[in-house]
Amino acid sequence: MTQPEPVQAVKQRRDRALASLVGAVPYAQFLGIYFERHGDELTAVLPYDEKLIGNPLLPAIHGGVIASFLEVAAIIELSWATIWPDLEAGRVTPEQMAENLPRLPKTIDFTVDFLRSGLPRDGYARARVNRSGRRYASVHVEAWQDNRARLFAQATGHFLMPQNG
Amino acid sequence: MNAQNFINALPFAKALDMRLDSIGKGRAEISMTWDARFVGDPATGVIHGGAVSALMDTCGGVAVLSYPGATTTATIDLRIDYMRAAKPGARIVARAECYHVTRNVAFMRATAHDGGDTPVATATGAFTFAAKDQSA
Repeated sequence: MTQPEPVQAVKQRRDRALASLVGAVPYAQFLGIYFERHGDELTAVLPYDEKLIGNPLLPAIHGGVIASFLEVAAIIELSWATIWPDLEAGRVTPEQMAENLPRLPKTIDFTVDFLRSGLPRDGYARARVNRSGRRYASVHVEAWQDNRARLFAQATGHFLMPQNG
Repeated sequence: MNAQNFINALPFAKALDMRLDSIGKGRAEISMTWDARFVGDPATGVIHGGAVSALMDTCGGVAVLSYPGATTTATIDLRIDYMRAAKPGARIVARAECYHVTRNVAFMRATAHDGGDTPVATATGAFTFAAKDQSA
């Protein structure tokens, strides 16, 4: 009987794969976005920074930052959900992934609903893949700050999936 | 305050190094240089869609603010259609117009070009609109 993979090895494998996926997107780094992972569930985090402000009088986070944050969260979630089965089955290792990063989905359209102004503090976002086909995918994203039930923005986007891996 | 100073007063517009090229009567043109830090797909060097959204949102907001009588504004919703990848290295120019205004809402449409024949992206959005109190 084979021993189950030690829990630390499982976590390291998943975290390394996620880090190489996120680390390869310069714009996500520019905004300071990082991801927290529980099993396969991702939460995108946007730490507050002065440069993210749009309206200095309020002050409020720039709508473009919010749109960007949601789009980054959607693309990473979609890509993560695509590689997850191969990663778990051992068909691809984090090392192979880092060497040969999967092509990212391309945004077809993205609609952002600005529900409240973004306060000068950290933001969080979680994306849900509502449909993922061979060619097209539809993703919904919710973002909040202090209170999970009070969203400050939500978005829906359609994406063209990369072909041939 | 002149128009470029207005852009510089928006920290994120400054962070993306946006340049206000023209403004007036519900229209605005704002552009942004290609920068390796704004890349979304490392395999192609193409600017992240989110950076294009930020440019369109800023340009739309400035167009609304330039509408006669406008005071403040905020984005209600914004939809971006990505027609094609922007050429790596090329400057992206957004043009927005406020094509209809009611007492409380401004409707905006915008396009983004990189010098090619077709737009890189188009956008439509609704913004809050608050006119100066005429009775005062």
